[in-house]
Amino acid sequence: MAVRYGGPLKRAVTFHVPLALLVGATLFPFYWMVITSIRPDTELYNVRSNPFFTLHPTLTHFADLFELTMFARWAWNTLFIATVSTAISLFCGLLAGYALARLQFRWAPPLGMVIFITYLVPPTLLFIPLGDVVKTFGIGDTPWAVILTYPTFLIPFCTWLLMGYFKTIPREIEDCARIDGASRIQAMVRISFPLAIPGILSAGIFAFTLSWNEFLYALVFLSSPQQKTIPIGVFTELVRGDVFYWGPLMAGALLGSVPVALVYSLFVEHYVTALTGAVKG
Amino acid sequence: MADQRIEPILTDSARLAAAIPSPVAVAPPEARRATWLGLLLEREHVLAGLLLAPTLVILTLFIAYPFVLGIWLAVSDKMVGRPGSFVGLQNFQVNLNDTIFLRAFQNTFVYTFIATALKLALGMATALLLNHHFHFKRIIRASMLLPWIVPTVLSTLAWQWMFDATFSVFNWVLMNAGLISKRILWLGDGTLAMGCLIAVNVWRGMPFFAITLLAGLQTVNPDVHEAAEIDGANAWQRFWRVTLPLIKPIMLVVVLFSMIATFADFQLIYVLTRGGPYSSTHVFGTYAYEIAMRAAKLGQGASISLFLFPFLLMVIVFQLWYIRRSD
Repeated sequence: MAVRYGGPLKRAVTFHVPLALLVGATLFPFYWMVITSIRPDTELYNVRSNPFFTLHPTLTHFADLFELTMFARWAWNTLFIATVSTAISLFCGLLAGYALARLQFRWAPPLGMVIFITYLVPPTLLFIPLGDVVKTFGIGDTPWAVILTYPTFLIPFCTWLLMGYFKTIPREIEDCARIDGASRIQAMVRISFPLAIPGILSAGIFAFTLSWNEFLYALVFLSSPQQKTIPIGVFTELVRGDVFYWGPLMAGALLGSVPVALVYSLFVEHYVTALTGAVKG
Repeated sequence: MADQRIEPILTDSARLAAAIPSPVAVAPPEARRATWLGLLLEREHVLAGLLLAPTLVILTLFIAYPFVLGIWLAVSDKMVGRPGSFVGLQNFQVNLNDTIFLRAFQNTFVYTFIATALKLALGMATALLLNHHFHFKRIIRASMLLPWIVPTVLSTLAWQWMFDATFSVFNWVLMNAGLISKRILWLGDGTLAMGCLIAVNVWRGMPFFAITLLAGLQTVNPDVHEAAEIDGANAWQRFWRVTLPLIKPIMLVVVLFSMIATFADFQLIYVLTRGGPYSSTHVFGTYAYEIAMRAAKLGQGASISLFLFPFLLMVIVFQLWYIRRSD
């Protein structure tokens, strides 16, 4: 869409100033995390000192974070949980998405609809009975409590995205392989799946960020400190009653955000594809 | 019909197969067909069943079953560590006589509608801005999504620190600019706290609107715009009469998705205010958690969660109707 502008002043007022304000408002909380995590406590808790910068940057908050809490353990838990639940969801979503997009069977339309509906079910609706289910299976307070429940929102998403992706791959390519003697499964695994790799990557990155960030299930299902994920650990272990340890809190918030921002920045285009693909009905 | 279509490919591939062995066909067709399993998997509905099985097992165990269990809990007096018995609609009756619940009910709608409206307006404005050509466009667009990418809990903690009663940066700026003489307690009053919650929700959710709407804008053919301009339409008219109708479908879907997520929000509110001050900012999600997890009344909590369902159902029905109509 071509957009034309008036003179430089008009362009500054209608474009550059709003854009600068927008970027500033978007990024300011991240700046706040960074600056808080490196300011010494004497400055943090002094209403007179200018809060926007510091002349005495320190890494004590980071040291405290690792010494006084199990942050390293939480980071490992988060990585492990996000990776395994993403892998499970990609596996299920890939197979289901292929079946719904390619195979002809009577139940395809209603099943597609059911999966779409589960996609819209928010965790808030189910966390109480799900806590009971997790306990019944004896996986409460273990990583499996969330590894097996995150796929409830990741699989519908992956299925939906990959179904759309498979529909864009011409059927003729598979037909061709079938004629060359490939079985139905071989045509699927060796021809269609490799062609879907960009879609798989998009779904995987999106699913990874979703499970890295999840809060409610992890809060309810994981209770002992050594089982927690970063969002839960930082939130529950660095706030004691009314006392907030802001330095280590912001250091933890920063370190917990960096990995997922890094993954995102490496695959921005794939992420955006997943984001926009996710909402296309 | 289909046979005619693939005939030329057949001759082609037959020739190819004669020249070089195809990498795909590992087993000769005769050997493969000999096994009954191979034969069974050639049938599409059998294969479909197999491929869908893992998904259906997980969704049945962790969505369908908990959903039914949730309905049972909502009509029982189950507490943590104690079996419950059927109490009919008593839990719902208790809810409707509970002033905190009624406040949460109202808050949920206020929070959802105001935040969604603001996200749509700001998201649209941002999308229109990002649709220009400018320097560093890629990196600016990528950084705009950051609030959406990072864990909400962690960014909300940063906001909580910015709203701190004593050390709020907003108060520091306002006081040093001479605009206020007394600190504002951002999270100390129900209405103001709700405003803060909405602001943080908009900050976090707006990028999702901006980026998806931008994707919609990029599919709009520039020729249509030029034609409208030649016909004398100004920028404002072009937006309302040309752009908006063209991106209406994607806009509608984004709004519905966002409304469900906002309506069922938990983490942002739980982290920023925990429903306080004086239980004035609870929504369904946080109040259900409070009752079920902190007061250990699982049945009562489940009945609160269930209030999300009618709204959710309405949105789903509307969405399915819309998809079917556009098909």
